Amino acid sequence: MNGTVAGPRTRYRGVGGNPWAWAAAAALPVAFLAAFFVWPVTALVARGFVVDGKWSLAGVQEVLAAPRTWRILAQTLTQAVLGTLGSVVLGVPGAYVLYRCRFPGRRLARAVVSVPFVLPTVVVGVAFAALFAPTGLFGSLGLQESLAGIVAALVFFNYSVVVRTVGALWSRLDPRAEDAARTLGAGRARVLATVTLPALAPAIASAAALVFLFCASAFGVVLVLGGESYGTIETEIWYQTTQLLDLSAAAALSILQLLVVGASLMIAGATRARQERALRLSGNRVDAPLRASDLPAVLVTAAVVLGLLVLPMVSLVWRSFVTADGIGAANYAALSGAAGAFTVSVWQALANSLVIGLAATGLAVGLGLLVSYVLSRRPASAPGRRVMRTVDAVFMLPLGVSAVTVGFGFLITLNRPPLDLRSSWVLIPIAQAMVALPLVVRTLLPTLRAIDPRLHEAAATLGAGPGRVVATIDTPFALRGLGLAVGFAFATSLGEFGATSFLSRPDRPTLPVVIFQLIGRPGAENFGMAMAASVVLAVLTALVMGLAEWIGPKEVHPW
Amino acid sequence: MVSAGLSVRDAVVRYGPVAALDGVSIDVAPGEVVAVLGASGSGKSSLLRAIAGLESLVAGSVSWHGEDLAAVPVHKRGFVVMFQDGQLFPHLSVAGNVGYALAGKPRRLRERRVAELLELVGLEGYGPRPVTALSGGQAQRVALARSLAANPRLLLLDEPLSALDRGLREHLVGVLDHTLRAAGVPALYVTHDQDEAFAIADRVAVLAEGRLLQVDRPAALWRHPASQEVAGFLGYGPFLAPESAAALGWTGASGVVAVGPDGLVVDAAGTDVPVLQGQARRGGSEFTVRLPDGSRATVRTPDSTAHGRPPASLPVRLEPGGCVLLAGPGQLCS
Repeated sequence: MNGTVAGPRTRYRGVGGNPWAWAAAAALPVAFLAAFFVWPVTALVARGFVVDGKWSLAGVQEVLAAPRTWRILAQTLTQAVLGTLGSVVLGVPGAYVLYRCRFPGRRLARAVVSVPFVLPTVVVGVAFAALFAPTGLFGSLGLQESLAGIVAALVFFNYSVVVRTVGALWSRLDPRAEDAARTLGAGRARVLATVTLPALAPAIASAAALVFLFCASAFGVVLVLGGESYGTIETEIWYQTTQLLDLSAAAALSILQLLVVGASLMIAGATRARQERALRLSGNRVDAPLRASDLPAVLVTAAVVLGLLVLPMVSLVWRSFVTADGIGAANYAALSGAAGAFTVSVWQALANSLVIGLAATGLAVGLGLLVSYVLSRRPASAPGRRVMRTVDAVFMLPLGVSAVTVGFGFLITLNRPPLDLRSSWVLIPIAQAMVALPLVVRTLLPTLRAIDPRLHEAAATLGAGPGRVVATIDTPFALRGLGLAVGFAFATSLGEFGATSFLSRPDRPTLPVVIFQLIGRPGAENFGMAMAASVVLAVLTALVMGLAEWIGPKEVHPW
Repeated sequence: MVSAGLSVRDAVVRYGPVAALDGVSIDVAPGEVVAVLGASGSGKSSLLRAIAGLESLVAGSVSWHGEDLAAVPVHKRGFVVMFQDGQLFPHLSVAGNVGYALAGKPRRLRERRVAELLELVGLEGYGPRPVTALSGGQAQRVALARSLAANPRLLLLDEPLSALDRGLREHLVGVLDHTLRAAGVPALYVTHDQDEAFAIADRVAVLAEGRLLQVDRPAALWRHPASQEVAGFLGYGPFLAPESAAALGWTGASGVVAVGPDGLVVDAAGTDVPVLQGQARRGGSEFTVRLPDGSRATVRTPDSTAHGRPPASLPVRLEPGGCVLLAGPGQLCS
């Protein structure tokens, strides 16, 4: 390695092309973000400070003084902390078994683990509700509308986040450090505690922060499982808006929610930067056949995969075939009829979901590509790098700001000129694209950032202009992540419920909205239809993700 | 006067407050191969990157045939960089990499040129292979073929062989030398390896701490290093004051004597000096001795007595053919 004072990695000039061209490429996503995220959310927050047409803290004070608010906040934090703890404690052994050990069926096990994360929240809620219902498999445990039930569902969701994030690092951790500690006389437990876990700490912290974020902003699953007794700030915003029509209370709660997710997002960002550094240090992928000493980790992982992940899914499928007249496909046959209070059938709702999903995916991936290209550049000047870091953080915001806030914000801001889209269905794909955008960027960006800047330089010195560099060097790399990005966007959109529940119109509901309606209505018939519709939605989402992973990069992807 | 080929004048490159390149001027004439020799951190890579346009100059100029290149972007300069680790495009095959600069040419022509170049670097038939399946040496040969395909006005080689092991390096220096001469491409070859620089270059430039110390033909550089710093970098040492040289049999030296690798020999008629350490070498021994003025020097003998106990002392003298007299008021430091 040559020893220039600052290596070529940190400095970069000449081959980036015209900065104005990059600014133009960034302008479209930034404008989109401003119009469909910053403006609605800001307007919503501002509304919390307006009482009877005047600026006032009264509305916020009223909400903050209500014991109910503090109960909801305490519940949100308790659920998030327990959900995060459960995911980490169970996920770390899972990461070891699934990414560091070699055994027949590992591919299948990894696939099974990755399914829950992309399952629609409403479907997961319905699956666990079916499990805990008095007639369900675990009906005798009394977990219906319980904290334990909600935490179990949250772990179900986020287990794969920990397994994949930690596993990605663990599979590339150089085993020689562990070997060295062993030859120095450390037992397996001591090696784990003093060498392995400290090396994994950034990944574990990053996964934990992300899981906390997801748990703290959980909506659909808590709405279905929590009933009257349990909620999150998210469900409370929904409740205040749609049930009590108290917009200023909802706005005040949105501010509270922003504070919670803002804090966890900052922690997640800090740990992510540390993890990207750590990953660069690691070597090739390593795994070893299972040993007898792996038994505890294997048992824990098998119990989690079978008991916590597979069982609810199997139970959901089973329940979808249970009808008043015994086992049969009657619930599926009923999907062709009008669903609950809606005039449309489940199949029509599914068609709506697919059309909206396609539009949302196109938007999210198109914008995500632009954002990723721009963010993957390394400007030579310090102010340029600062701008880049800011843009990076800004595009992660929708990940933290709750979908409910986005949907609610749309509802109150985009209903008058210059943007009167209230009656238009395009609001839904736009909102879903905002929710999916951070996932798309997080999927594409690592592949683009992994490109050695000297590849760009080599291409430039060979005579390729900035356009040709993007087309021949960046794009082939981006394409490797594109399948996964499309999959994430489409699956997110298919299952999106938080924002959609505000924006969906009765004549054009999406499938998750219909399922939520059905599960809330009395009668075995509605329950059966909800089960069958959930299975349809889950299978579709799993298919989309399976396809995306199949065409996507073969490397392990954190999430 | 407008000079033909590359002309760098008073180039300055800064990283923050640190000047990586501090007023360097160097020329590369058409068809000439110039090696830039320097240790880590000497600024040699910065010089190469500045010429390619990958680094901005704070002051000075880079020009080609008298035309200032400040406003010419990297991809329009026609200067190709061959990187230390090849930087082959991993998503393209060998042929795809070699043909990268030939985009837009008719396909038949492109294929023929790629085949020619692969033959030139000794890799005929490798076209369809993925570059990820290549060994380090093969990858560098593909990188060389890819660079030549661009038909560069000037080839900039950034330590192209330093990631390879020694045997392969020596072989590939020969391949590079042959290929560059055959293609007639002027080149600037950056390296920290003296042997590589001497083997390949028409002229060698010695760079230290961002400043150019000396540029000369290899033989002249070796016989007439301009300063003790250059001599030290080329492998001379220790440096003896005239009186110290006289104590070792070289009387009447008019300046500092730089002792080369073969400048001190064992001679029964020489001065007895204490042996500090002995080490076996291929075909002989090497002893570290303390000279009368206190400096350390190594002396080689063809026998392998170091295997046993090294002798307490050895009679040595200076061999004028293996030493050079540094011109000017040499400042002595050990």
